[in-house]
Amino acid sequence: MKMKHLFAYTAAAALFAGTAFAMDTHPVTGEKLAENQELTYRLMDQFPTLDPQLNEETVGFHVIRDIFEGLISQDENGDLIPGVATEWTPSNENKTWTFTLRQDAKWSNGDPVTAHDFVYAWKRAADPATGSPYSWYVEITQIENAGAIVAGDADPDTLGARAVDDYTLEVNLDSPLPYFPNMTTYATLFPVHQETVEAHGAEWTSPENIVSNGAFMLDELVLNEFHTRVKNPMYWDADNVILEKVTGLVINDHNQALTRYLAGELDYMDDLPPGQFPNLQAEYPDEAFVTPRLCSYYYAFNFTDSGNPALQDVRVRQALSYAIDRQVIVDNVLKGGQWPAYNFAHRATAGFEMPTIEYSTWTQAEKDAKAKELITEAGYGIGGEPLTLKLIYNTSESHRQIATVISQMWKQKLGVETTLENMEWKTYLEIRANQEFDVARSAWCGDYNEASTFLDLLTTTHGANDGKYSNERVDELMAASKTSMDPQAAYTEVEQILAEEMAIAPIYHYTQAFMKKPDIKGWPLNNVENNWYSKNHYRVASE
Amino acid sequence: MALIVGRSIADELRNGEAVQGRSLWQDARARFFRNRAATTGLVVLFLVGCFALFGQHLAAWSNEDIDWNLLGSVEELGGPNWENGHYFGVDELGRDLFARTVQGTQVSLMVGIVGALVSVVIGTLYGATAGFIGGRVDGAMMRTVDILMSIPYMFVLILMLVVFGRSLLMLFIGIGLISWLDMARIARGQTLSIKNKEFVEAAVATGVRPLTIILRHIVPNLLGVVIVYATLLVPSMIIYESFISFLGLGVQEPNTSWGALINSGASQMQYGTLWQIGFPLFFFVITLFAFFFVGDGLRDALDPKDR
Amino acid sequence: MSSFIIRRLLIAIPVLLILIVATFLLMYAAPGGPFTSERALPPEVMANIEAKYGLNQPLYVQIWKYVVGVVTQFDFGPSYIYKDQDVNDIIAQGFPVTLTYGFWSFVVAVVVGVSLGVTAAIRHNTWLDYLAVGVSVGAQVLPNFVMAPILVLIFTLWLGWLPGGGWQGGQWEFIIMPVIALSTSFMASIARITRSSMLEVLNANFIRTARAKGLPAHTVIWRHALKPTMLPVISYLGPAFVGMITGSVVIDIYFSTGGIGQFFVNSALNRDYGVMMGVTILTGALTVLFNLVVDVLYAWIDPRIRY
Repeated sequence: MKMKHLFAYTAAAALFAGTAFAMDTHPVTGEKLAENQELTYRLMDQFPTLDPQLNEETVGFHVIRDIFEGLISQDENGDLIPGVATEWTPSNENKTWTFTLRQDAKWSNGDPVTAHDFVYAWKRAADPATGSPYSWYVEITQIENAGAIVAGDADPDTLGARAVDDYTLEVNLDSPLPYFPNMTTYATLFPVHQETVEAHGAEWTSPENIVSNGAFMLDELVLNEFHTRVKNPMYWDADNVILEKVTGLVINDHNQALTRYLAGELDYMDDLPPGQFPNLQAEYPDEAFVTPRLCSYYYAFNFTDSGNPALQDVRVRQALSYAIDRQVIVDNVLKGGQWPAYNFAHRATAGFEMPTIEYSTWTQAEKDAKAKELITEAGYGIGGEPLTLKLIYNTSESHRQIATVISQMWKQKLGVETTLENMEWKTYLEIRANQEFDVARSAWCGDYNEASTFLDLLTTTHGANDGKYSNERVDELMAASKTSMDPQAAYTEVEQILAEEMAIAPIYHYTQAFMKKPDIKGWPLNNVENNWYSKNHYRVASE
Repeated sequence: MALIVGRSIADELRNGEAVQGRSLWQDARARFFRNRAATTGLVVLFLVGCFALFGQHLAAWSNEDIDWNLLGSVEELGGPNWENGHYFGVDELGRDLFARTVQGTQVSLMVGIVGALVSVVIGTLYGATAGFIGGRVDGAMMRTVDILMSIPYMFVLILMLVVFGRSLLMLFIGIGLISWLDMARIARGQTLSIKNKEFVEAAVATGVRPLTIILRHIVPNLLGVVIVYATLLVPSMIIYESFISFLGLGVQEPNTSWGALINSGASQMQYGTLWQIGFPLFFFVITLFAFFFVGDGLRDALDPKDR
Repeated sequence: MSSFIIRRLLIAIPVLLILIVATFLLMYAAPGGPFTSERALPPEVMANIEAKYGLNQPLYVQIWKYVVGVVTQFDFGPSYIYKDQDVNDIIAQGFPVTLTYGFWSFVVAVVVGVSLGVTAAIRHNTWLDYLAVGVSVGAQVLPNFVMAPILVLIFTLWLGWLPGGGWQGGQWEFIIMPVIALSTSFMASIARITRSSMLEVLNANFIRTARAKGLPAHTVIWRHALKPTMLPVISYLGPAFVGMITGSVVIDIYFSTGGIGQFFVNSALNRDYGVMMGVTILTGALTVLFNLVVDVLYAWIDPRIRY
């Protein structure tokens, strides 16, 4: 009883501090702060879940990062900074990781955040009964027994994560993983409050039930309309959280969202209407921004028997890739500062050195000439055997535009005809996974900031290698890179093989273009995974 | 119009025949052509039809070729221009909008007319039969319609396009399958109020076969409402199609339709490329107007009660 | 009459059962499932998820369990996409929204549409008639996915009078634009149907008689002509209602209203079987109910109709 009182008191005090003694100036930069510390941003889609262990997409992750806090967070450059953990040290040659947790971290109901919460959450993620679509993520962190648990062959309690005491977490891995700490920044490994989860079942994340440990708490949620999150007075660093409230509005249509941004209803929006960035930048120079984003856009070739046999010929694949004028796509279609791509891993990937791909140095005229030569040599195209390829893409304005432009490039330069097939997402995934295509529009976003998240995709057994490209040397190199102290040499060799064999046709490396009102500050401009934390944002007073 | 009437009178005079009693249809035709709005509508439809059929011969570009000089600077340079052959300007990818409008017109008109035809033939017969026979048969028939209508049409279409893959044929079948339902209900509603009339009762009393009664006596009396509704249907079919395009389930690139053109034009309209919505929307609007006025003209002309 | 209503309600049960099974089967025939994702899930992970939702059982068992859950506990099961919600929550949130703006759209469409149609018919072939026809045709041919962004551009961006979207529990300023965008095309259809029906009625013998007796024009219209005029209009209300429910897709997408239309399309595209079934069944039930109301109205207006 006494305890409860105490908590109520501290909660009230913290709330009081949050409102009555609101800061006038930013504690670090000294900028004058606005009265209004609310932020409204746009969600492209309703997030399916706020359960950290069930989450599998980015819209929800933006919210989860605010209302929960993992062991480690990222700063504006994507570098690691303490979250709940203050220290992390490897031992046993990167096979054991020990995390020291801060003692002042609390759940929003006042309970302390302990190592047990993490252990519970991680077991929950791997447990087949949870049915998490991201349980594979626990598996790739290499935590001991994760694979067996996910497969249902071992008890979840055998997971190699253990609370040494309330504030020390020890993790044992099956094989050494130098970037294990990076992986704890993702939602799957965030802690959850055991009592709450067990008491409310699937609905534990609803605003009236949820107990969370982040800088904000979920306040209201109306599906497909909006949600709000308010400052969490129990958060250990609440004194330095400036925003009082964050509102997310679901607006599906890009153009509609932009109109509402311009009307002043939104402070931030990304996923701008395709092709509009240069105009916006010219008109609103202090509101339009572009940052690198860890995704790579490519066309996959079908290497299986169900694909057009011509694609088995490396010359045909090279001709198709050479004939794509990436500069036109980037400059004239997308116009968002994207980079033409000739290799797979994104150029901004941490610690990744861009390989020099030979054909990237040719002019487009040289590429076109070579492409014509190759396709003639292979006996297809103009004057040869007619070649018609089925190109699939999922419904989206920019995919449609790129597919249309590329099909015209192939037609005019090579005489290769294309049948464009646009499908909605689920059908597209099914068709792609069943290799019922010749060429498939694809893209891959890094799960974590390391080149293997891209290059692993083209190993024989990867779940997203839908073209079924297979090369023993690539498999070997990628397997070896996992434990290598300097994997860069392997990555370069893999990229060279991919380019020579034209395993895929890389098209461009993503950027994230967004609009942000000038009085909102603290937005990370260099985090390639687009991980932003609202606790760093604030609104300055207009002069 | 005056010309046509004038000529027919002249023909009659030339042949030196006595003025004969005119048939109902001749009567109707004369009444129709007296209606200026309807005649104008007919002319517009004729012109739009010509545009769809022969437009591609006038186009300087094909509907899929990209004008690489314009790609990327459509907003500044892509407007209508006689010199480079883009009479209607270009779309957001630098493709000739004239050629694309011609092609879109073909698809949309086809969708509208096929949908409406299916609806008229199946819907009228179905509704009239149900209404005339009445009782259990009516109940069963209309419950079937209820069931089909209770599956909202978008679902049928989305599912069909998803399950069987999208194609123009699937779009026809999908729209045709759904479009007759409304017509059936309307035809039945009208039949219910007609079937107690004396001429029907007389026909029943003299032992005319039900099918004959439906075709001879009921259906002609439904024509007014059916035609008015059918003229509403052609545009709504075209609008359905545009809705499907809006959801991203419409015809495949590089083919297009009015709906797809208007939809992509509408998404660009706040950025100043108004020709991209203007030209397709113009054809869309005048065609639908024309259908409406022709439909009204037909209604006035065919209205049996005016005789 | 009451036995007729009871009979119709009883028939609704098999109608809904057939609807459930048909939708179930169609949905399962569609490629992909709720858990298909870009990275093909390892088979053991997929198996875990399917076991959690009971999707590993034979289809007939799934259908049976579903039907039992719906019938005995009014439980529509979990959503496979919105994992923190069950279908009952989603319906409880979305349906009131759609019904609210749907109801107002319906009222606006009927009141404005009927007035416009009646005015046009009474002043047949005058400028008022042409204006009314012009307005209604114009309203009908402007697709709502064009109208919605135009409304937002005008009222939100340029004038700053109304919020560009959202619902906020249904405050009036959030309702206006959805209602305008949703009601116009139905309003236009109703106006046209009313006009053509009214013209027909005005030519009927009983109206001529009434006029001949020297009754004032407004009495003739209100007392005698309006009721029969409404028959085809009422026929149209059933489809119009369903059209509004599905038409809410565009409204929900453009105005972020959180209504059922968007759940509807999203669930079909995402293969969220649970939500899709729930929404289909409810829409189906409402349709059956609404069609019943329409039929009762029909009989009430036209007493010659016997059931």
